[in-house]
Amino acid sequence: MTDNVSEEEDVLEIKDLRASAGDKEILKGINLTVNSGEVHAVMGPNGSGKSTLAQVLAGHPAYKVTAGSVLYEGQDLLDMEPEERAQAGLFMAFQYPVEIPGVSNAYFLRAAYNEIRKAKGLEEIDSMDFIGLLEEKLKVVEWGPEIMSRAVNSGFSGGEKKRNEILQLAVLEPKLAILDETDSGLDIDALRIVAAGVNTLRSPDRSFVVVTHYQRMLNYIVPDFVHVMSNGRIAMSGGKELALELEEKGYEWVEAASGAPAGAGA
Amino acid sequence: MSEAVLQDLEIRAGATIADGPDWLEPVRRAAADRFAAVGFPASRDEEWRFTPIAPIAQTTWRPSPGVAARVSADRLAPFIFGHPEWSTLVFVNGAYSKTLSRVMELPRGVRVGSLAEALRSDGSVLQAHLTRHAPNDGSPFTALNTAGFRDGGLVHVPAGLDLDRPVHFVHVTTPGAEGTAIHPRNLIVVERGARASVIESYVTLAPDVIYWTNPVTEVAVAAGSWLEHTRIQRESERAYHVGLTHVDQQRDSHYRSFTMAMGGALARHNLHVRLNDENIETLMYGLYLTRGEQVVDNHTAILHEQPNCRSWEVYKGVLDGRSRAVFNGKVFVRPEAQKTDAKQTNRNLLLSDLAKVNTKPQLEIFADDVKCTHGATVGRLDDVALFYARSRGVPQEAAERLLTYAFAAEVIEEVALEPVRNELDRLVLERLEGQRGGGAAGKG
Repeated sequence: MTDNVSEEEDVLEIKDLRASAGDKEILKGINLTVNSGEVHAVMGPNGSGKSTLAQVLAGHPAYKVTAGSVLYEGQDLLDMEPEERAQAGLFMAFQYPVEIPGVSNAYFLRAAYNEIRKAKGLEEIDSMDFIGLLEEKLKVVEWGPEIMSRAVNSGFSGGEKKRNEILQLAVLEPKLAILDETDSGLDIDALRIVAAGVNTLRSPDRSFVVVTHYQRMLNYIVPDFVHVMSNGRIAMSGGKELALELEEKGYEWVEAASGAPAGAGA
Repeated sequence: MSEAVLQDLEIRAGATIADGPDWLEPVRRAAADRFAAVGFPASRDEEWRFTPIAPIAQTTWRPSPGVAARVSADRLAPFIFGHPEWSTLVFVNGAYSKTLSRVMELPRGVRVGSLAEALRSDGSVLQAHLTRHAPNDGSPFTALNTAGFRDGGLVHVPAGLDLDRPVHFVHVTTPGAEGTAIHPRNLIVVERGARASVIESYVTLAPDVIYWTNPVTEVAVAAGSWLEHTRIQRESERAYHVGLTHVDQQRDSHYRSFTMAMGGALARHNLHVRLNDENIETLMYGLYLTRGEQVVDNHTAILHEQPNCRSWEVYKGVLDGRSRAVFNGKVFVRPEAQKTDAKQTNRNLLLSDLAKVNTKPQLEIFADDVKCTHGATVGRLDDVALFYARSRGVPQEAAERLLTYAFAAEVIEEVALEPVRNELDRLVLERLEGQRGGGAAGKG
């Protein structure tokens, strides 16, 4: 289980994953495999379970996994604490990034960066070196250094919060990045910056799972695969053209075509 | 019984009352009489309902020795922020230490030094201000201080002058303070259009020793003047501390207070600010960190007497163990005080199931065209924020510390002086690391 470097493996392998919040089952048997360097879009109507999938993968304590398995680089992901997942290279960009007044963006990000280094047996880096590292990363989201002295997400606009998530992604350099509705609430300029940031960070060693309601972002971040969720399951999978078809025909089409009932609360 | 307290403390029999200028003697005698008449507050007294002062009232205290115990400068170093260019007045177990103190070159006319020394030589400023602000018919503790004080810090900044460097009063206790009562008396007078920054620290070299500090600080902020006043209370966690700060503000003045409380078995601080005229701004920030069985009590009172003034108050507390915090925030708005803008916030973070908070805003508003708001919260660390930090690789305990630090840091940010801010930051991080053990999200 600790031997995760010797051979090429799937980055993520989800098998028949079921999860609930309280008494309510939300994920009803998800199967999904993500290989290194691939970008997978997960789409679906409200209530279909796509955000829950993202949160379960990050280890959100509000959800309980009731069945199935998730392997991340061959390790049992479900057995890992949220911080262990992050230290192993998994990152989720939050749909609603949390405000932490009192702690600067630089302080928070360096704390995270150093925890991940520590977990890898690397030395922590001091604030001067970190500032140097940030300089490069800030360019990814077209920001100047002044953002780093502001408190984490505190008083940030919706767009700034999402950009900050992408900045964290750039600094923490995960192997698997899950974007949970990163496009929601973004105006076109912010969307362009966020998407360009993600595209800069695409690499053969990094996979993305892009959770989104709308096809809009996928014009910028072109996926290798598109999956459509409905009622807690992946109802349909295809290439990038599926997103366009979906835009045209609407989610009802997927539900009709797959025989699944409409997403709860959609 | 109250008379016995005065005897034990050698206030009646000793030289204290007669010590000093003629005008002061009757004031001190009256204060002693007042204490003798009313004694310590009873627990049914509304003002003291949540403050268990019985251990103070039931102990037979000795007076503090009149001479400063010897302390090496090295041992004091951690408490003075490493700023040799600041004037520092050191009082050891209540007595002024000339050797440990350092008064730097000051603008002409500025006075910084021991109050007792000033009382021996000077007249008019002290006569105009000392005992004139803190009401002797207020708390019996104040009366006892007035009757029994020996020394404390004095800052007087004449009109139009800018004290460009802070002045630090360091009241330090040593093991020699065991069983004694100390009544420090400080006076800060900032005249018209003057500016100053004063830090008042209560610290200890005897963290296991029981003593009682009963300080009173009077502050006069004249028209158009500006004062930042930082109060840091880090007494022994077995000691008692009951203090009053009374501030009188005149027209167009700005007073900014930051109060940190982390020591004492029982620590109470009353901060009273009277806004005597128009266009005054008052900022009051507070932070208390409690653990074990500590009881930390903050009572604040803001009196808006005239129109167009603004008061802004934020007190935050972090409570661990079986500790308890009390916050009582009074805001009085007189009928004349139209267009008052007053905001009060008290937020508490509980780190333990056994910690408790008694918080009570008390707004008494007699003017009709005002903006007055208040809010109090008692809560725990936010689960979503914890998950956010953990999802970035920060382990549970470090994430808890990080968010607790963030909660405290939000109010520390309001301290204008950077070295003091850094020191308070360090104190908070140190306390949190000591409490929770393990690696920290290091500060840099």
